[in-house]
Amino acid sequence: MILDIKNLHAKIGDKEILKGLNLSLEKGKVHAIMGPNGAGKSTLSKAIVGHYDVEITAGDISYKGKSLLELSPEERALEGIFMSFQNPVEVPGVNNAYFLRTALNAKRIHDGKEELNAAQFLRLMREHLTALGMKPDMVSRSLNEGFSGGEKKRNEILQMLILEPDVIILDEIDSGLDIDALKAVSEGINQMKDEKRSFLVITHYSRILDYLKPDYIHVLKDGKILKTAGVDLVEKLESEGYDWIKDEL
Amino acid sequence: MENKQIDTVVAGDYKLGFEVDIETDTVEAGLDENTIAFISQKKEEPKWMLKLRLKAFERWKKMSEPHWAHLDYEPIDYQAISYFSAPKTAPSSLDEVDPKILEAYKKLGIPLDEQKQLQGIAVDAVFDSVSVKTTYSEELNKHGIIFCSISEAIREHPELIKKYMFSVVPMSDNYFAALNSAVFTDGTFVYIPKGVRCPMELSTYFRINALNTGQFERTLIVADEGSYVSYNEGCSAPTRDEHQLHAAVVELITMKDAEIKYSTIQNWYPGDATGKGGIYNFVTKRGLCQGENSKISWTQVETGSAITWKYPSCILKGDNSVGEFYSVAVTTLAQQADTGTKMIHLGKNTSSTIVSKGISAMKGQNTYRGLVKIASSAKGARNHSECDSLLIGSECGAHTFPYLESKDTQGQIEHEASTSKISDEQLFYLRQRGINEEDAVSMIVHGFCKEVFSQLPMEYAVEAKALLNLTLEGSVG
Repeated sequence: MILDIKNLHAKIGDKEILKGLNLSLEKGKVHAIMGPNGAGKSTLSKAIVGHYDVEITAGDISYKGKSLLELSPEERALEGIFMSFQNPVEVPGVNNAYFLRTALNAKRIHDGKEELNAAQFLRLMREHLTALGMKPDMVSRSLNEGFSGGEKKRNEILQMLILEPDVIILDEIDSGLDIDALKAVSEGINQMKDEKRSFLVITHYSRILDYLKPDYIHVLKDGKILKTAGVDLVEKLESEGYDWIKDEL
Repeated sequence: MENKQIDTVVAGDYKLGFEVDIETDTVEAGLDENTIAFISQKKEEPKWMLKLRLKAFERWKKMSEPHWAHLDYEPIDYQAISYFSAPKTAPSSLDEVDPKILEAYKKLGIPLDEQKQLQGIAVDAVFDSVSVKTTYSEELNKHGIIFCSISEAIREHPELIKKYMFSVVPMSDNYFAALNSAVFTDGTFVYIPKGVRCPMELSTYFRINALNTGQFERTLIVADEGSYVSYNEGCSAPTRDEHQLHAAVVELITMKDAEIKYSTIQNWYPGDATGKGGIYNFVTKRGLCQGENSKISWTQVETGSAITWKYPSCILKGDNSVGEFYSVAVTTLAQQADTGTKMIHLGKNTSSTIVSKGISAMKGQNTYRGLVKIASSAKGARNHSECDSLLIGSECGAHTFPYLESKDTQGQIEHEASTSKISDEQLFYLRQRGINEEDAVSMIVHGFCKEVFSQLPMEYAVEAKALLNLTLEGSVG
């Protein structure tokens, strides 16, 4: 178990969103979370990365055997937790390559490795840009500024590939992507799969799951995981929706 | 909740607040004809200069302090200020400069001794009311360039001073300019002859050291036909509980095809978080593009002072002349700044660019005030203005007052303004990638200022970035 969430209760503002959620991510596995709008999917991912919107009122999230709750967002990131944002924010004037090198070197220092100099980093970044089908000018543009929806999503995947995290949360990485972009993004993600890493894929659609081939499907509804099953569940959810799950309990 | 965290990030420490203990010749507080005569005599000035000073003083007495700016400060008691303070031994060579002063400049990163002088940068060091040292002046002389203190210029180059001083900023232009004209002590004079491209960066470093003393600098730069100069000024002052007044006048003149690039890194002591202490910085800076195709470019990075009142301006008289204003103004702690520019288009096809970036943090109040005026003679004039404000935290403020006056119906004026907060969303994004909060704030702020920093000469861009970090530096656990 790399990430273990027990009886998690969390609020946004005054509203309780997560109501005793339990979820365990296994090493080397891809977990998909599906569920109706407003079920708490984004709140769950925000709770894991320590987003300021979310207040945890009970329960625990442990990562590699230690509680995450006291750690700052940057400490969680340095420990190897990564989240791709649904709508990556634009940061004018901050060079994309400079930003990403700063982030990578912060991680490398944390891991006791030597920092990469600008030349070494650019070589690494350019390799990944080519693989993701991104334009070379991503090196010189400002972080997410004026990026199209697809460019923003690919840039999230680029960051994931370079930072090599251990737990990867993909919050609707597929939304707004055309089929080519979806393929490129999925290939990037699949390339990261190995026996130590685990993925938490939050999505509304089965499309991306055809590429990512998740090991588990969890249904999140009313602030709890109500059902966990294999990938076969996706088809049933696509055709019948989520109402029957409540009925089952 | 998050905003409080940001506030601790931006409560920077002032690192240049030391004071050196030297024997000074400081005139008693108070201002009358005798004070002015005393200053003039100390500077060994000719009679005509004293006459001009007294004339300015007469005019000043009839004027009143302006209060249209968006600033709030205790009244200034002009009789409680000492108008002249100089190190006791007037040095005639570097050997005679008090070692403590040399040490002070060394601490500021400006070595003045011959062996260690900054490569490629000539420095005029002004300490309280006098220039203590001008480096590289002989070498510059070989090119016909005059680079000396204004006091020396009044004695040695009266024809140039008589011709150009008060020609861009008349002595009764405004209250603070009139006061400066009466009591100015030191500053820099630069003359670049026809066709000469100044081979090095010129700079002046102003240091206020003495207690209860005002600094009234006066700088005049003349670029003759086809010449070019890049000039930079820096400044700092000790940490004190009392407010100190700095009222400067800077005049620039460019002839046909000449260009002056004037950069300022202003780091006067800003006072503390409750508004105690700090420099009152009331400055009149104006450039005249007299000849055709001439260009004046102001770049300023304003991080210090309790109060800043400053509008570096360009009068675009020559046809096709170009004026530029690039500004980063940071107000944190309890600082207030009311700054901007005036672009006065008189000649045909003149163009101006204004890029202003205001950053407010803690209780800082930042106002942009700019005027673009296009006269009926200025056919084909163009202006592009961009004023952006960045708020860090929730107790600070940003205000924008753009004024446009156009008599030429075909003139093109574009104005863009934006106010944004360092959003929690931006900060969180960078932190989620493992960048700590302090570095994340600094990265966002630097990104915001990029367009202005790219205008600074390289060495100063590095200094400006470091200064911005210091200003916004704090303790994050």
